[in-house]
Amino acid sequence: MDNLLQEIEKSEVKKQENFLEVNALESEAIYIFREVAAQFEKPVLLFSGGKDSITLVRLAQKAFWPAKIPFPLMHIDTGHNFPETIAFRDKLVQELGAELIIRNVQDSIDQGKVIEETGKYASRNMLQTTTLLDAIEEFKFDACIGGARRDEEKARAKERIFSVRDDFGQWDEKNQRPELFDLLNGKIELGQNVRVFPISNWTELDVWSYIEKEEIEIPSIYFAHQRNIFVRDGLIWSAEDNVVFRAEDEQVEERTVRFRTVGDMSCTAAVESYADTITKVVSEIRDSKISERGARIDDKRSEAAMEKRKQQGYF
Amino acid sequence: MEVLKIATAGSVDDGKSTLIGRLLYDTKSLTDDKLEAIKTSSEKKGYDYLDFSLATDGLVAEREQGITIDVAHIYFSTLRRSYIIADTPGHIEYTRNMVTGASTSQVALILIDARKGVIEQTYRHFFINNLLRVKNVIVVVNKMDLVDYAEEVFDDIKANFEGLNTNSTYKEQNVSYVPISALNGDNVASKSENMLWYEGNTILEYLENIDASRTNDKESVRFPIQSVIRPKTTDFHDFRGFAGKIYGGSLQVGYKVTVLPSLTKSRIKEIYFYNKTFDSADSGSSVTITLEDEVNITRGDMLVKTDEEPKVDKLLNATVCWMDNKQLLPGTKYIVQHNSNAVLSKVSAIKNIVSTDFSGSKASEGKLSLNEIGEVEIKLSKPIFYDSFIDNRSNGSFILIDEQTNATAGVGFIS
Ligand SMILES: Nc1nc2c(ncn2[C@@H]2O[C@H](COP(=O)(O)OP(=O)(O)O)[C@@H](O)[C@H]2O)c(=O)[nH]1
Repeated sequence: MDNLLQEIEKSEVKKQENFLEVNALESEAIYIFREVAAQFEKPVLLFSGGKDSITLVRLAQKAFWPAKIPFPLMHIDTGHNFPETIAFRDKLVQELGAELIIRNVQDSIDQGKVIEETGKYASRNMLQTTTLLDAIEEFKFDACIGGARRDEEKARAKERIFSVRDDFGQWDEKNQRPELFDLLNGKIELGQNVRVFPISNWTELDVWSYIEKEEIEIPSIYFAHQRNIFVRDGLIWSAEDNVVFRAEDEQVEERTVRFRTVGDMSCTAAVESYADTITKVVSEIRDSKISERGARIDDKRSEAAMEKRKQQGYF
Repeated sequence: MEVLKIATAGSVDDGKSTLIGRLLYDTKSLTDDKLEAIKTSSEKKGYDYLDFSLATDGLVAEREQGITIDVAHIYFSTLRRSYIIADTPGHIEYTRNMVTGASTSQVALILIDARKGVIEQTYRHFFINNLLRVKNVIVVVNKMDLVDYAEEVFDDIKANFEGLNTNSTYKEQNVSYVPISALNGDNVASKSENMLWYEGNTILEYLENIDASRTNDKESVRFPIQSVIRPKTTDFHDFRGFAGKIYGGSLQVGYKVTVLPSLTKSRIKEIYFYNKTFDSADSGSSVTITLEDEVNITRGDMLVKTDEEPKVDKLLNATVCWMDNKQLLPGTKYIVQHNSNAVLSKVSAIKNIVSTDFSGSKASEGKLSLNEIGEVEIKLSKPIFYDSFIDNRSNGSFILIDEQTNATAGVGFIS
């Protein structure tokens, strides 16, 4: 009992004297950002406009403040983004005073480097890989920082924080560098590059809670809104743009929905929700029982889908 | 947001994956679609129970071979905090993965099959957690359902393990013992009805009660500089902040500090976290510090409290765990990465090979192979400022990077 009282007193002294509480995940991410800036010559932050990359931007700001983020942002644009995401992206970049590089999947299609998929499940998600690899080569980026999390998907669970890719962007999961303590080995050969994942250890709930605590602005489609949709295979698809393929017998109706991820429209399904504030979203996620990627059709194509795509250089 | 990192160790089929799956299930961390996938898969294989081991197995190669081959990270949370499990395989040839998992963990779960008891593998698992000074070890005796939940079986295993523990050089390590059935969930998250003789905690209770904050109260504070922040904007024209993560203790405004290697002295003026200042900050926080005086500091330097200075030397004696297919031979050059410092080095002698079963060490044949642990002498091209690993986990450890392949070839614990 005495011990307990002492503990409480101690912690109160700490609070009074303006003590910084440790936030392990946040400090880990900041540490990683600083290592990237120090160990690489040309890093870039891959920015999709989604909540994970918006969180990354905030963490990067924190890592280098009061200096600016010392590398550009890059968006690989599938051309199938929600208009809200693009508007948000442009506003954020302007506020940051950051450099934004945009490379378009459409250009890769026009150049005949990739072929557009057709049919019911057509998506440009896979096509991003080529555009990304071309951009890495064009700018000679040696580190690409991304918002992937290990909890998203089984194959991601084995991803390193510094993940080395060869000249072809390929991931060799059997030959990964061990990562010990906080020590990150960023040494690479010419032509290789590293994918860096500062929020590897965050879960979806961690990201949402952080957005709430930090009052970070995110695109409006993450919050409940009225939308014209249609239902296929039990998943809800946006019917407001011509991006998602819709068969004639698939009925359009209006519902109150929100999106849990804002990737390529053609493979991002909505969920029914009345969560129209960040606090409501956080409690919805806390209670939710469908994993985030459950609403992304491209992972369902096969159980080993993610792993195959990663071996081919997908982010 | 508090985080506790857990490493697991066990031989193949001891039930590690099942236990992890069970922890996820009992803490409601498995989502409906994952649970559905587990049910479908279990039915397909003709099981009349849920095969929770499917919750963790990741790579295609593994699914084909039915074994775990690398470190996988698994997440679950309770109302109290978040947990990260580094799931590491227990085969003898995978010492490297176990060392990796243990290096970032505050707790180790060592699994034992109740039918088999303490085996050679168990020695190795405990040895590595001992060597890496993982503060808490929970010895999990699994498959108690297959030995009729018998108290004597558990007591025998516990006595055996305690015998092993007398060889430990890390007496402050907290070792606890729990009898469980991962398959049925006995003593995982809820008390077993089948083992009323057991009065201790469930695994989850043990985890929830572990203090996640400090690993060692006696450590001195170390602040390796990752970078110098000089914004050169009008508002912050003269700002020179030293960015880094605090290890080992806490820092306070006003502390007298010494800069290594220059040995310049100054005082802490401000502690920034983003755009706010704080009077003090603890181990684990990534902050930016300014000093009272203008001091020349670059990446790789370190701030310490004056009077708590580390050792400074060009010669290191260390226990090294080798992680590369290419053997370590004396005379080869490697880069020593120690905190934010990278120094070219030459391994001058490989003295002993340490056996991982507490049986001591024997003279080496002048080389160190993959998964071997040895006592090594390293000459550095310039001095580093270090502590022994026993005194300071972060400032007493380093990795060896192969200059030609850039591989992380080994990890060292300074004597
Ligand atoms: N009877 C019984 N079987 C178990 C228990 N835990 C695991 N098993 C079984 O032991 C086998 C190996 O388990 P698994 O979790 O894959 O072991 P791992 O190789 O250590 O990950 C599987 O068939 C499990 O169903 C237990 O507590 N009781």
